[in-house]
Amino acid sequence: MDGVMSTRMTPVTGADLSATNALCIRALHAVRGDQPILRGVDLDVAGGEVCAIMGVSGAGKTTMLRVVAALQPFASGAVEISGVALQPGAVPPESQLRALRRRVGVVFQSHALFEHLTALENIMLAPVHALGQSRADAAATATRLLESLGVSARANAYPRQLSGGEAQRVAIARALAPDPQLLLMDEPTSALDPARRSALGESVRVLAAQGRGLLIVTHDAEFARSYADRVVVLSHGTVVEQGPASQVLTHPTHDATRELLS
Amino acid sequence: MALCVVTWSCTASPREPLRWGGDAEGGAPFVEADPADPNRVRGFDVDIAGLIANELGRQPEFVQVAWASIEPSVARGDFTIGMSGVEDRPALHARYAVSLPYYEFREVLAVRAADSARVHTLADLRGRRVGTLGATQAWDMLLDAARTHAVVPVSYDDDVHPYSDLVSGRVDAVLLDHVLAERSLRRIGGFVIQPAALARGHYVAVLAARDSVLRDSVNTILLARMRDGSLERVFRSWSVWDSQQAEYQQQVLRDSVVRRTASVTAPPSTTSMATYLPALLRAAAITLLLSVLAMVLAIVVGIGLAAGRVYGSRPLRVLLTAYMEVIRGTPVLLQLFVLYYGLSDIIRLPAFAAAVIGLGLNYAAYESEIYRAALQAIPTLQLEAARTLGLSELQILRLVRGPQALRLALAPMTNDFVALLKDSSLVSVITVVELTKQTAIYATNAGSWAIPGTLCALVYLAMSLPLSRMARRLEQRWTVS
Repeated sequence: MDGVMSTRMTPVTGADLSATNALCIRALHAVRGDQPILRGVDLDVAGGEVCAIMGVSGAGKTTMLRVVAALQPFASGAVEISGVALQPGAVPPESQLRALRRRVGVVFQSHALFEHLTALENIMLAPVHALGQSRADAAATATRLLESLGVSARANAYPRQLSGGEAQRVAIARALAPDPQLLLMDEPTSALDPARRSALGESVRVLAAQGRGLLIVTHDAEFARSYADRVVVLSHGTVVEQGPASQVLTHPTHDATRELLS
Repeated sequence: MALCVVTWSCTASPREPLRWGGDAEGGAPFVEADPADPNRVRGFDVDIAGLIANELGRQPEFVQVAWASIEPSVARGDFTIGMSGVEDRPALHARYAVSLPYYEFREVLAVRAADSARVHTLADLRGRRVGTLGATQAWDMLLDAARTHAVVPVSYDDDVHPYSDLVSGRVDAVLLDHVLAERSLRRIGGFVIQPAALARGHYVAVLAARDSVLRDSVNTILLARMRDGSLERVFRSWSVWDSQQAEYQQQVLRDSVVRRTASVTAPPSTTSMATYLPALLRAAAITLLLSVLAMVLAIVVGIGLAAGRVYGSRPLRVLLTAYMEVIRGTPVLLQLFVLYYGLSDIIRLPAFAAAVIGLGLNYAAYESEIYRAALQAIPTLQLEAARTLGLSELQILRLVRGPQALRLALAPMTNDFVALLKDSSLVSVITVVELTKQTAIYATNAGSWAIPGTLCALVYLAMSLPLSRMARRLEQRWTVS
């Protein structure tokens, strides 16, 4: 692995990793057609850690996120999320991914809220239908999540009626409803004004404080510097530099990081 | 009279052909395509038209027209004379110039051999299904019998299927004129024609009201040809001459009077709006029920087809696509025929059930295309978001993809339902009397499409407009959400 190892990480190998880490990736290779996208990525995210993945477009950030979310196959390597291992090859059917789905939440860049459901119904969907909770329990959880994210007033609004910031917080609440140990976020600040970005950052810190691991793909160096514990820089499908956000973003050692900050 | 002929002949160009209309689909002995030369027609109406044209010094020119449209076509001027087993009836005289009746037919009852000893009149057919051609004197008789003897009238668009359905047991008797009955007995057999005539009626030639002078000439010619035996020879050559016909012609010649009524024994006319309005409303209810049931079937099957084509294995997708292409690529009329008549040896569906299934399965093919397109229009990201929440594929279809696709499909679905409402008129070919068929019967008896057509259009609009309005409201509500 190139670059600097995180000071917060304990570099262990094999099954031991899952005992302490929300996410453990080893020698991950993924391709699109004949084109290699990820070329031997190693990455760990500990519970309570906010890890920002950075890199120029085409570096493989989103592909890595999609592999971890079991939305995309990978060619070889090991991916383990809180004790649940993904195998190389085709993405297995959803019936075999139940355990994974409970452990990983995803917040998409465009939120991907379900247009025909209200904010509250969006959040209740997984607890009721995937986890078998009662509607009353799911509604109570959803209301609590909306309150904690400051959007409880918009519970009955449809996605089209929400602002970008509101939609994002509803999307975060939806991803958190199954109480996952790992939360993946794809470019969460791309549509936010500075005030909303700060609010999001605070929310991220709160979520980490609850013991969750957060893996955040972002182009936003300022956001990463302020709220990430660790920054991992990807270039051409490999990790070229990683370490505490302040260190990597203040004293970059790799050209790819410098290009990113220029 | 001879002067009239000469006078009229002088007013028309000697080279101008005499265009006359008839329905060759009705077949022999009236008008049929000549097997030796399908471009020509033959039959006793063809021969009589030839006699008339010859006397007028003109060449006969045949114009093909659907039997039910002979009268409005002659009024439009598509041809000058309509003759193809056109039945005389009082309403005809109110709007058209009608010739003297040149042939007397008997309305006879055909039954299965097992019933021949028991069934002689309509009174013997209480609660039983009796078939006939719609918009005929026999149909009116069955409507009367429905009131007086609880007979169940079954309307056909042709005169072949009533008899095949009699043999197969779909109807218990057929009431039609003896010419048609005897022809079917020769063709398909397997039933008995009861000898007693339940009524008498007459074939006439029909002309536009403005052609009353020509009609008088036609009458003169017909009388002359009765007198010299030409008409008898024509009828003999087509095996429709008998002693009754001889008596009838003698009576006509004795009277030498142009008859203006259908028959002394013809049933009372039932053309008033008050009489037909309940029947129209009943037919409208049948149309609505039929359309709703067919649409429900179309939606259910359409969803299945669409889901199979989106989620199924390749062989299944190929199979379902083939089904859809075959159904969409062939006329629904043909499918109804095949379902009702073609498969009757395998499964004998009641007419209404066949209509619902036929229309439902046909529209399912169109619905499936709408649903498939709507399902595929849902962004992949929505499906991925649902997967990351731990929903199964079935749950994603039911809770996320389906409801969103439904919103996209609503407008084309509404269009399809309105189209189905109108296409339901096709099921009259398999004996279901729905709104359009009932209107056609009404219009034929009334001799005009003006009032029946307007009423019919209003009823269709009353059924389709609220639906379109409801769909628009739903769309608006969903657009907000």
